Amino acid sequence: MRVGIGLPNTTPGTSGRLIAEWARRADAGPFGTLGVLDRLVYASVEPFSALSAAAAVTERVGLATMIAIGPVRGTAMLAKQAQSVQTLSDGRFTLGVAVGARRDDYEAAGVEHRTRGAVLSEQLAHLRAENADVPILVGGNSGAAFSRMARYADGYAHGGGPARAFASAAAKARAAWHDLGRPGRPKLWGQAYFALGDADLTAKGEAYLLDYYAFTGPFAQTVAAANLTTPRAVKDLVRGYANEGCDELILLPTVSSVDQVDRLAEVLG
Amino acid sequence: MRPLRVSVLGAGPAGLYLSLLLKKAQPAHEITVLERNPADATYGWGVVFSEETLGALRDADQASYLEITDTFARWDAIDIRYRDRTLRSRGHSFSAIARRTLLGITQRRCREVGVRLEFGTEVTDPSTLDGDLVVAADGVNSLIRRAQDKVFGGRITPQGCKYVWYGTDLVFDAFTFLFKETEHGLFQVHGYPFDEDTSTFIVECPRHTWESAGLDKMDEAQSMAFCADLFADELGGHELKSNKSLWLDFPRLVTKHWHSANPDGSRTVLLGDSAHTAHFTIGSGTKLAMEDAIALAAAVDRHTDLGAALVDYELERKPVIDRFQQAAASSADYFERVSRHTGLDPLPFAFNLLTRSGRIGHASLSVRDPSFVRAVDSWFGTAGESTTAVCPPPLFTPFRVGELVLRNRIVQDTPGGGLLLVGTEPVTEDGRRTPSDGLKWTAVLESAQGAAVGLRIGHAGRRGATREPVHGVDVPLPAEQAWPLVAASPIPYGPRSAVPRELDAEGMVRIRDAFVAMARKAVDFDLLELDMAHGFLLGGFLSPLTNKRADCYGGDLDARLRYPLEVLRAVREAWSKPLSVRLSVTDWSARGTTPDEGVAMAHAMAQAGADLIHVAAGQTVPEGMPDYRRGFLTPLADRVRSEAGVPTMVGGYLTTLDEVNTVIAAARADLCVLAPPDREWTTP
Repeated sequence: MRVGIGLPNTTPGTSGRLIAEWARRADAGPFGTLGVLDRLVYASVEPFSALSAAAAVTERVGLATMIAIGPVRGTAMLAKQAQSVQTLSDGRFTLGVAVGARRDDYEAAGVEHRTRGAVLSEQLAHLRAENADVPILVGGNSGAAFSRMARYADGYAHGGGPARAFASAAAKARAAWHDLGRPGRPKLWGQAYFALGDADLTAKGEAYLLDYYAFTGPFAQTVAAANLTTPRAVKDLVRGYANEGCDELILLPTVSSVDQVDRLAEVLG
Repeated sequence: MRPLRVSVLGAGPAGLYLSLLLKKAQPAHEITVLERNPADATYGWGVVFSEETLGALRDADQASYLEITDTFARWDAIDIRYRDRTLRSRGHSFSAIARRTLLGITQRRCREVGVRLEFGTEVTDPSTLDGDLVVAADGVNSLIRRAQDKVFGGRITPQGCKYVWYGTDLVFDAFTFLFKETEHGLFQVHGYPFDEDTSTFIVECPRHTWESAGLDKMDEAQSMAFCADLFADELGGHELKSNKSLWLDFPRLVTKHWHSANPDGSRTVLLGDSAHTAHFTIGSGTKLAMEDAIALAAAVDRHTDLGAALVDYELERKPVIDRFQQAAASSADYFERVSRHTGLDPLPFAFNLLTRSGRIGHASLSVRDPSFVRAVDSWFGTAGESTTAVCPPPLFTPFRVGELVLRNRIVQDTPGGGLLLVGTEPVTEDGRRTPSDGLKWTAVLESAQGAAVGLRIGHAGRRGATREPVHGVDVPLPAEQAWPLVAASPIPYGPRSAVPRELDAEGMVRIRDAFVAMARKAVDFDLLELDMAHGFLLGGFLSPLTNKRADCYGGDLDARLRYPLEVLRAVREAWSKPLSVRLSVTDWSARGTTPDEGVAMAHAMAQAGADLIHVAAGQTVPEGMPDYRRGFLTPLADRVRSEAGVPTMVGGYLTTLDEVNTVIAAARADLCVLAPPDREWTTP
């Protein structure tokens, strides 16, 4: 299993300078991939833009959306953005897509929420036909999402949670893959949040998660409670995911502080 | 944790046990339990615990554990009385206690440690409950949960059979299942002892049986008389006892969230039945509620922040509850449809029952009760002749289909099992899915290593002319490389798919003849399989979603079956060896083929000469709602096998030999398609 690190594109007070420095340090560190999140109605940097900035200052590290909300973009625009990051990074890009969880992102984009699943399938069919060299991951928990993943993607992007939740989703992904007659096996990517530092710093991380997930109601507390705030917690989660057959685990930052890259690198040794 | 003021609504086992544990851990907590009934009013008879639960109870509170286990009824056997035979399986370790006794012990312990108990207190407005923490222990219809329905997101649906909960002075010496055939349908009883002179006696039957017997019009006394009469032999002069016992629908409750923060800074949390239920046929409601109480009390003790404690409690318990609810759903569904298994001999019937929820399989039952599993293996190995001969596990038993004897029950698309099944081989050029479709038959036949070799043949229909599956399936070829498609109706398969031409009369003859020609050519194979699944050409005729024809090949199920059956009959005439049909028995899609129709299709195929149904599902349309998990097709194979009366082959992501043994021994299918092991790529 490879471990990747998130770019701080949705954490409070981010900046171009931070993203560039973060990316440089990650490129020099033990990380497989830089991942980004996607949220339209939230103070954040648009994911393809953030990855473009990272592409310009890195040589080696992979770049991925974890995930991009496909349907809030027109299909041709999504394909253009994906192909652009692929070109800017000389082929280091992986496109993770899903329907996302927030209705207000759809309202803001002027896109119908009801047909999001069918639109995502159309986008995937388009990408596979027109952008054959962009690796694709699909996320989501429904039966339809797993069959969409197995029909069009190279693998599955899990939405986060304890290792046993990842294991259960991984079994579904493999079952769908086998059912659709795909050769080999799906790539399996996971993600989790972290904040490494003193109590002030971890409190900031918690506040960010409570705010970012406020739309989910009480679930926000669950996400915040799962934030990895000690080296031990990070190591346990990494081990747990590796045991369940995860290929790449992206650890996402919850504070806009560049020393998080070094702290995480140190823990991963 | 700082001292808290806690209001607990409901003095059932969960509310009381939580109060006891909280107060023990932190005597400065002020805890009040409010209960609308008087202290001595109890409903229900006995409750069951497993060994693990007992361990947790011992660790949580030694004093009540000693009292509880002192009055326990304990036994280790399950009896299954079916067709005048009683089969006994041992090694299961049950304990049960009268609900009344359990409540008495926990009430007394609560008083000892200083929990305030207020009985006969009716709460009508939950917002009047004060304290830092409000605990909803008020059951499945929880007032507190319903008052904040938006926050907790609870959903109740009826699950399984109609049932009624009696007591009896007949003391069973095992967990006992009784099955009784009547003119109205099958009734069954779940009985178990819970003290020296009383047993729980639950009677259940499907709704249609219940209505047919007129039970919907009977009152409490008439119903009990009916049940006592029905099971007079088994009761042997003992009585049934009612405790406001009425026929019920089991309420399956799932909730999105188990706790909330209130505007005044206090917190509310759901416990036990107010958060979740699990069908009584896996006997776990009280066990889960008390385990909730243990987890919540421990989380509160461990944390300094109450909100964090509640998050931790939910994180710990929810995955456990999800697993139990999944198992409970399988179990409830089993009992609702158990009458279809009455064709089974007692041993496979019993094995099927014991493995109904997916929590016990062939291997784990071998650990609990090796002699029972040896008898099952022997029954399989000797085709029902013996239950004492030493035989290998069921997957290693040969399977006979027509003249062909497969050496074991494993089917794979690579050599190694009993049947090497390859394909799908397109019967015509325009029936290919991808340009490279088409096997090298000689190489396949030479690779078989002594296994029988089967060839699946088909026509891709509207799923044809797509790219190689390396980067996805159903991605159409560029227009200049594609060929024209045909299908039952001119509806494209997925996004960007070409519109197929409606297959005309001439085309139907051409393709039918191509199936026959390929069957004639395939003489060196041992088995032939026709692909009628997954929305390919023949499958497309079967589903109302994809067949909109106005001629005699479209319309009701008989009409939609017409062309696929014509092809099947024509192939049957040309092919004398075993013939299998791969069939999507449900579309997993609104207005598509239902499992009931799938069973009818399978029956029609068998009548027309199919020896075997390879049970598949979905893919008829790309936007279906499949329920992917381990063994996701097994329940469908079970239905086809028992209701259409035809041998079945099933895949559905079975990856271990234990899963195969369990499926075969429970007679849910006759052959299993083994998927590559899912852990082979795991990092050590």
